[in-house]
Amino acid sequence: MGTYPADAVGRGSGVRARGWGWRHAGRSRWALRELDFSIEPGERILLLGASGAGKSTLLQALAGVLGGSDEGEPEGELLIDDRPVADSRGRAGLVLQDPDSQVILARVGDDVAFGCENLGVPRDEMWDRVRVALRDVGLDLPLDRSTTQLSGGQKQRLALAGVLAMRPGLLLLDEPTANLDPAGVTALLGAVGNVLENSGTTLVVVEHRVDVWLPLITRVIVLSPGGGLLADGPPDDVLLARGQELGEAGIWVPGCPPLFPPHRHSPGPLLLSTRELTIGRASTGTVTFDRSVPDAEINEGTATAITGSNGSGKTTLGLTLAGLLPPLDGDVVASPQLRSGAGERPIRWKSRELLTRIGTVFQEPEHQFLTSTVRDELAVGPRALKLAAGEVTERVDELLQRLRLAELAGANPFTLSGGEKRRLSVATVLATRPQVLVLDEPTFGQDSTTWAEMVALLDHLVTDGSSVVAMTHDQVFVDALADREVRL
Amino acid sequence: MRQPFTSVHPFDRVNPVAKLGAALLLAACLVLTIDWVSAGTAVLLELLAFPFLGIRRRVFWLRTLPVWIAAPLTGITILLYGKASGTVYWEWLAIRISDGSIELAIATALRVLAIGLPAVVLFITVDATDLADGLAQVWHLPSRFVLGALAAFRLVGLFRDDWRFLELARRARGVGDTGRLVQIPGLVFALLVLAIRRGSKLAVAMEARGFGGTTPRTWARQSRFGWREWMTVIVGVMIGMIAITVAVTTGHWNFIVG
Repeated sequence: MGTYPADAVGRGSGVRARGWGWRHAGRSRWALRELDFSIEPGERILLLGASGAGKSTLLQALAGVLGGSDEGEPEGELLIDDRPVADSRGRAGLVLQDPDSQVILARVGDDVAFGCENLGVPRDEMWDRVRVALRDVGLDLPLDRSTTQLSGGQKQRLALAGVLAMRPGLLLLDEPTANLDPAGVTALLGAVGNVLENSGTTLVVVEHRVDVWLPLITRVIVLSPGGGLLADGPPDDVLLARGQELGEAGIWVPGCPPLFPPHRHSPGPLLLSTRELTIGRASTGTVTFDRSVPDAEINEGTATAITGSNGSGKTTLGLTLAGLLPPLDGDVVASPQLRSGAGERPIRWKSRELLTRIGTVFQEPEHQFLTSTVRDELAVGPRALKLAAGEVTERVDELLQRLRLAELAGANPFTLSGGEKRRLSVATVLATRPQVLVLDEPTFGQDSTTWAEMVALLDHLVTDGSSVVAMTHDQVFVDALADREVRL
Repeated sequence: MRQPFTSVHPFDRVNPVAKLGAALLLAACLVLTIDWVSAGTAVLLELLAFPFLGIRRRVFWLRTLPVWIAAPLTGITILLYGKASGTVYWEWLAIRISDGSIELAIATALRVLAIGLPAVVLFITVDATDLADGLAQVWHLPSRFVLGALAAFRLVGLFRDDWRFLELARRARGVGDTGRLVQIPGLVFALLVLAIRRGSKLAVAMEARGFGGTTPRTWARQSRFGWREWMTVIVGVMIGMIAITVAVTTGHWNFIVG
């Protein structure tokens, strides 16, 4: 079924790179170098590479958003339909990873129309394009629906619709499913498949979960961190020939899953339990979200997974267990062993009393960073416990080594890569040696190397007698680590 | 600002630019003089006009509450410290209550109401997107600036969530026992860092949709300025003019310069 008008069908764009490279302003290292490849109209490319290989930079260059000479320095040629990318604005459409930062306007229809407005599309045609784009991505919503009410998955499909309405010849997706739950991933994938079927658009997608995109793609290009390409060809050939190498570079290669540690957890005494708990969010007397939770028990030396779709209250439950959010009704009770002198309810504990009892790792590491160096960041907790200076240094040094952060000790936490930020946020909590560790989506959007490290680290903690509670929608993680699952 | 499309009163559909114009012109009339008659007349006329704007009573009182609180507070300040003249009733340190300061206090309090109430009331029904459309299409302000501000405005909701998580994170990290006030500078700084990062991500997303290019922009929604809009502006100006006329004819006009 042709949902696009005739002039839009078969308009896939071709891409050609000749010795192309890019160096960000103020850096001595080239982010990308000596790239030579060409992409024919209608091809569907999965772009792979270790983190730091410049995948996102290449996508941004193709989208024409890398900026001018003040942002960096190009070399060679990068062409879309034989024209330089700088003159091809609107030929390529880019969807990014973070759903929240891509919503531009307050109403669904206006947001989808935004790109068309910028391209100077006449008003009558514009609203037709908006309706077609929304239908193609499967967003059956009124045009005046508020964009803030959409789920993460819906926001990603909205961003895709906004790009499609511009009728690009080249669709660029930068880890579009990294922040989505399984249902959101399926819906987005269906939408992209439908669009490719109808329009013949060329696709370049960056994603380290290869299996998700395998059904849609026709070719794999692997960037080499040193410049040039590591591999280029049909998916099966590349994954077979380079599977191990790609796996080591952090890419999720089907058939080469990261190794799981063996389950050797031995449950100890009870630490935390809930009684007729209702969790939720209330501000100035109005309840904006509430949900009752089956009674749960958390023992020493166990790993508990809190699972459920987006919006089911995983984060709220985790933060309630962690003594950060007050329950709407019922209780979270700490056992005498966990309490050790403090009160019965964690929410009543002082901030300092939480440190050795329950530690929390937030989903966004940036929310919990307080200082300007990695070393100081690790020392915050031990200092709040008023440990002796020698003891603080000892703990910090040990964690720097154990979590491979030693080389970054003087760096600003905000400048670290995604994986490094994640490791640091976990390390800051470990510094005070809490008996219970609560982690919100610890494997969200991580490459397979960081993922395997995280699982091994948490498994080690549990084997040593700590208790881990993780809010997650990563089923592989649940299988690898969890002894119990609380499903919301 | 209201959620998009929650009510359908005709006044809601009046171009926000006209509401902004009406509020500004009315205020311009009232800042020329400082007497209680013109301000009192304006407040009276405004209160007669408000019921026709289709705003629910609860919403009206809730939104205008700050104005009702600010007006008497300003009045009291002027009463105690305003320029003294005529009989002085009470004096203590710098405080002097006199005939002059009493009259000035009433005039000022009424003026805060006369300017503040319509400004708040007219904007209860304004949608941010429609305002941006009006500013760019009717007033021809640069679209880059207007749309940039509009998109940034949408981030405010995200900042609220960020703030909440920053507070929880401080408690989780063992530094949440100090008073709330002590924590605020640190929280504000952290929020600023997050805001810059969110802002630059949003800028990339906007550019990726062709924003900031050289192609002349078209508009998905046409911003009209018709008879409804002119009526709104005229009513605003008329209230100001009547207030001035009453003040002049009763001899209370008191030109603020000089």
